[in-house]
Amino acid sequence: MSEKTAGYLDMELLRFTTAGSVDDGKSTLIGRLLYDSKAIFEDQMEAIEISSKKRGDEEVDLALLTDGLRAEREQGITIDVAYRYFATPKRKFIIADTPGHIQYTRNMVTGASTANAALILVDARNGVIEQTLRHSYIANLLQIPHLIVCINKMDLVDYSQETYDKIKADYQKNIVDKLNIKDVCFIPISAKLGDNVVDASTKMDWYSGTPLLDLLENIKIVDDRNHGDSRLPVQYVIRPQSDEFHDYRGYAGRVASGVFHPGDKVRVLPSGIETTIEAIDSFTGEQEVAFTPQSVTLRLSDNIDISRGDMIVDANNVPNVGQEFEAMLCWMNERAMMPRGKYTIKHTTNETRCMIRDVKFKVNVDTLDEVADDKLVGLNDIACVSFKAAKPLFFDSYKKNRLTGSFILIDEGTNETVAAGMIL
Amino acid sequence: MKEYNINHLRELEAESIFVIREVAAQFENPVMLFSGGKDSIIMFHLARKAFAPAKVPFAMMHIDTGHNFPETIEFRDMLMEKTGTRIIIRYVQDSIDQGKVTEETGFNASRNKLQTVTLLDGIEDLKVDCAMGGGRRDEEKARAKERFFSHRDEFGQWDPKNQRPELWNLFNGKKHMGEHFRVFPISNWTEMDVWQYIYLENIEIPNLYFSHEREVFQRNGTLLAKSDCIPMRPGEKTEKRIVRFRTIGDATCTGAVESKAHSLEEIIEEVAATRTTERGTRADDKRSEAAMEDRKKEGYF
Repeated sequence: MSEKTAGYLDMELLRFTTAGSVDDGKSTLIGRLLYDSKAIFEDQMEAIEISSKKRGDEEVDLALLTDGLRAEREQGITIDVAYRYFATPKRKFIIADTPGHIQYTRNMVTGASTANAALILVDARNGVIEQTLRHSYIANLLQIPHLIVCINKMDLVDYSQETYDKIKADYQKNIVDKLNIKDVCFIPISAKLGDNVVDASTKMDWYSGTPLLDLLENIKIVDDRNHGDSRLPVQYVIRPQSDEFHDYRGYAGRVASGVFHPGDKVRVLPSGIETTIEAIDSFTGEQEVAFTPQSVTLRLSDNIDISRGDMIVDANNVPNVGQEFEAMLCWMNERAMMPRGKYTIKHTTNETRCMIRDVKFKVNVDTLDEVADDKLVGLNDIACVSFKAAKPLFFDSYKKNRLTGSFILIDEGTNETVAAGMIL
Repeated sequence: MKEYNINHLRELEAESIFVIREVAAQFENPVMLFSGGKDSIIMFHLARKAFAPAKVPFAMMHIDTGHNFPETIEFRDMLMEKTGTRIIIRYVQDSIDQGKVTEETGFNASRNKLQTVTLLDGIEDLKVDCAMGGGRRDEEKARAKERFFSHRDEFGQWDPKNQRPELWNLFNGKKHMGEHFRVFPISNWTEMDVWQYIYLENIEIPNLYFSHEREVFQRNGTLLAKSDCIPMRPGEKTEKRIVRFRTIGDATCTGAVESKAHSLEEIIEEVAATRTTERGTRADDKRSEAAMEDRKKEGYF
């Protein structure tokens, strides 16, 4: 194998999301990243050149690369989360490009739920606005580990350091300090002209940091994963109906957090029975360790009744087991939440019914104030809600564990996913 | 902590296996669509991994346009037999004979669009509640907006503006009677990832993907293989060229590329250097800017 081929096989995966309000240039920034990293192909470029000309644009509109639906191209807006891919010799990237319209906040939450990093776009001419706060709040609420604030359209403010410094200070004071954001950095860019996106700008000597792509290639992400609390939600029980594997019972699932080894003492929830891991199976044989985010199959030493929705955990480090909990909820459906309503809850591989007990407060995302007396939770609202489930769930706080601390609510009549929850 | 890190291919693999197991757990009668192309081959490989040492707990399904490369069909039959897997084959020709669809005429006639009817009929007849497909989001703009779990109404239609939000790894496969799901386990893979994975796992693929000599002719900038199912226009001439296929679909609309790549390593290096998308060789997507979106709304793969 050549060195080049070997290199392609050893890249890390980074998922990031982009947020900004309409016309902040998100799609252009993504188009720029794809174009300058040579992820855009000639036939794609040709297609958008033709479309730009058809619309009478003078320059090629890179936003057309990501606006995939006919309605989006016609209206010049982004409707739904679009996923885009590119790779550099260091990393493979998945971008969740989310629309900036207020009515599509649910899409930002969707894109943010799996992201390692978030790009928050700020128009240098407008500075920090209400939507900037809203987007930053959501990124932080979903615990995206790294925030990168891109101060865009620097070309339209004469690449002014003063403007940049002012916006940075404003963001620091009004957002970082308020939200207690841990990892944030700032980059002055022009997505349209390519300054500080892939290549360092020649027009902003006063900026000593690296371009955006360089930053994305080097953010350390492996430590963001929870390697401490071993949790495997059982997804599927493998029972080959064959003579060769007559008594085989394997518990398949994706390690939500932590690490498992053969011989480890584990506890099975909800039964609470303690046993040990006999082996970790894979297609090609047994493996010596299983860790998040691997999909594996565990065999246990004792014959215990285990089914989908149960959880195999470290015997000495168990999650909360209970029917009552509080969570931050993002409402994502046109039909408002029913007070004391009943919904289906999906949490890890577990599913049951739950009841809304009370709305503790709603968050005014423009001011971050907690509003206690408003109990009506509608589309795009974020609220602190208390629940009671029909059977015990095995959960950690979302802050500690993004996979055992998250859930969705499903409307039992329409089957739609109506809310996303993060357990407190 | 470095030891608890996995590369991008293993992470994509883990994600796809999770999605495939989720389908087996959430649906009563799922099938996995299999065309004999590389994407369906790796999807099948992932399914075998997901349930080992048990067999894959669902059937494969092939929508056969009748316009195949013979190599693809031979490969399909060999793979299914070797792994002891059940495959359901539905023929577009049957839909034509039953008068459900009318064959396109003319030189650019293709059965690609007709497949949708055969597929939806198959889903209805066999009471399939979920069909897994090898679609990837990097293939095409409309596909970039597709969910892993994509809901289809009782007419098999996709409503791109009203998709269910999909968060973390929580997949909502709930539906009413008569509705079904399309699930795309390899949504997040790119063409490059697929080739790297085939190389990494040493997965067998049809020899059409490797460089070989073949009689081809030019049409609208695409190199099409000489075949009984493509009528030639006056003035079109075939010639022998050294080519390979980047995608394998219906023979009437799958273009070849000139290539000397004989091995997987050479293909990976060719893909890394190439400047056109793989669907750039597909005449079906060139019909209009929203060609894929329109076909998907009707219930295409």
